[in-house]
Amino acid sequence: MFPELNNLLNTAPDRAEQGKLTLLCDAKTDGSFLVHHFLSFYLKANCKVCFVALVQSFSHYNIVGRKLGVSLTAARECGQLVFLEGLKSSVDVFFRAQAEPHPLQFLREANVGNLQPLYEFVREALKPMEDGQAAWRYPVLLVDDLSVLLSLGLGAVAVLDFMHYCRVAVCWEQKGNIVALVHDSGDAEDEENDILLNGLSHQSHLILRAEGLATGFCRDVHGQLRILWRTPSQPAAQRDRSLTYQYKIQDKSVSFFAKGMSPAVL
Amino acid sequence: MAAAADCGTGAASTGSIGAAACKNVTSFQRKGPRASGTDSGCSRLVSIAGTRPSVRNGQLLVSTGLPALDQLLGGGLAVGTVLLIEEDKYNTYSSLLFKFFLAEGILNGHTLLVASAKEDPADILQELPAPLLDDNCKKDFDEDVCNHKTPDSNIKMKIAWRYQLLPKMESGPVSSSRFGHYYDASKRMPQELIEESKWHGFFFPEKLSSTLTIEPCSLTGGYRKLLQFIQNVIYEEGFDGSNPQKKQKNILRIGIQNLGSPLWGDDICCTENCDNSHSLTKFLYVLRGLLRTSLSACIITMPTHLIQNKAVITRVTNLSDTVVGLESFIGSERETNPLYKDYHGLIHIRQIPQLNNLIYDVSDVKDLAFKLKRKLFTIENTGLQYRVSSHQKLSHRRTEKPLFIK
Repeated sequence: MFPELNNLLNTAPDRAEQGKLTLLCDAKTDGSFLVHHFLSFYLKANCKVCFVALVQSFSHYNIVGRKLGVSLTAARECGQLVFLEGLKSSVDVFFRAQAEPHPLQFLREANVGNLQPLYEFVREALKPMEDGQAAWRYPVLLVDDLSVLLSLGLGAVAVLDFMHYCRVAVCWEQKGNIVALVHDSGDAEDEENDILLNGLSHQSHLILRAEGLATGFCRDVHGQLRILWRTPSQPAAQRDRSLTYQYKIQDKSVSFFAKGMSPAVL
Repeated sequence: MAAAADCGTGAASTGSIGAAACKNVTSFQRKGPRASGTDSGCSRLVSIAGTRPSVRNGQLLVSTGLPALDQLLGGGLAVGTVLLIEEDKYNTYSSLLFKFFLAEGILNGHTLLVASAKEDPADILQELPAPLLDDNCKKDFDEDVCNHKTPDSNIKMKIAWRYQLLPKMESGPVSSSRFGHYYDASKRMPQELIEESKWHGFFFPEKLSSTLTIEPCSLTGGYRKLLQFIQNVIYEEGFDGSNPQKKQKNILRIGIQNLGSPLWGDDICCTENCDNSHSLTKFLYVLRGLLRTSLSACIITMPTHLIQNKAVITRVTNLSDTVVGLESFIGSERETNPLYKDYHGLIHIRQIPQLNNLIYDVSDVKDLAFKLKRKLFTIENTGLQYRVSSHQKLSHRRTEKPLFIK
């Protein structure tokens, strides 16, 4: 996790809010550093994490996680982390018929499917332990990323349904958190993606939006981060709080600074 | 990337096993003596011909067949990733890059898998360019390049001293490197080299009639059969380490030509709202899964200029690792533009993967142009450059065909 981002969000592993949906979105840049941040944040906060990693392999997150101070292999072995490696499982489910429903069953289906098997997987992974003793603080679902589900043949409505079911199961029933990444296609006229992004934006409590600079690539300022705090259930008359920072990604951390205050320019 | 660790070594990659204490005590333990900077298992694989570990994150890299492109991509193409080439309008230069990739595989002794719906793979292999050997190239280069004698010479420039700070592009052969070779596009690769090599071909028109027991899924027939073929080769030859009989320590180079064109049975290039618009993206996703779990690297050329649905191009870019776009000047108004009079086209590095790394990787140099000079394909720097760096003030200058970058 990045200590500077924790300061900006005014949170820490031991006093994070519960029952929240955080939406990560990136436009014209890569927002995966935010996924790494939240993964290490919740592992350090002693939460049970279910990570649906659809775009990269386990070793990628593991190596970056080690730079940020968490060991995914250890977390997986002691049961703190349930890792669904989308790429590896997709090969299994695509080439061999599975006996029981697989979380990525929709890859085999000819028609537009739904994400019910994936939801069952998440619910099973994050269900509270029967013996009553709480080994972990609260469950967290992390999804990287939701836009790729649209590329795999699912409709925006199916993905929104999945997120809704997960919110009920994780945020409302168990007072856990959900963090999901959606790409913003910008002017590429991807209607399904826009529906998904808008739908989730209205349901989320915190939106972190990483944008590339409007002027193009710069070696010292990699992009701009917009933080928006929302209260979905309150009437719209209440103003949402929003902040904008620029950032530069380094090898093991990300440094944030106010707009125009990059150390390179000062 | 530790595709190496995933193949066949199973739990051996977890050198830091601390199952008991995962709450408050970090369980990192120093791994045994292994190659520094690389993940476990890579030390065994550094011995594969034609590969080298990346200096930045220890990933295993292979050459794309074009040393200038290797340099732009940060050393080479990572094993387990896809290089997507967005074809130029008449597919002249992208097919050349495709052939360079395959020729590099033959020179390094890698196994090839060539898939095409247009040409028979055997014919494609006959047309591969011949490698330039070191003793021939010296006299070819003397007339072209006036001041490229030693690439590392630090000649102090008195007048154009600002240019000294710009990165030099490699356009001459590096004689002692076994990673990345130069090719002569006007000659053919010697027949004996092709015959010695191991290759598998997938020619879609031949496979049309074969009946596979496929369950219905939303992939079009061509893509489904190609995936099955690739998976068979990977499994049978042991590139993913799951076959107990085969212990493979070689790289599989996969080349897929004109993916997405109507010849594959896909109508994504024909209409804007096609029925099976997810076919191509699903194919790319499953292909990525296959590559990440095996010792292979893939090059795909795709006629993206024909795809009318911009959303599909964005999705395809997101599902590929490295994306390079070629734009040739043939038939466009840039052909007569004096700025581009020496070049044949522009090359855009649209995306570089960010694997095992937090750092946001974007190609440093933006305006790149290529040309096919009698025999060699070279990439050069052209156009305006804006630089802001932490020890320099904001500066911009125009570089017009800097002669020293050769």
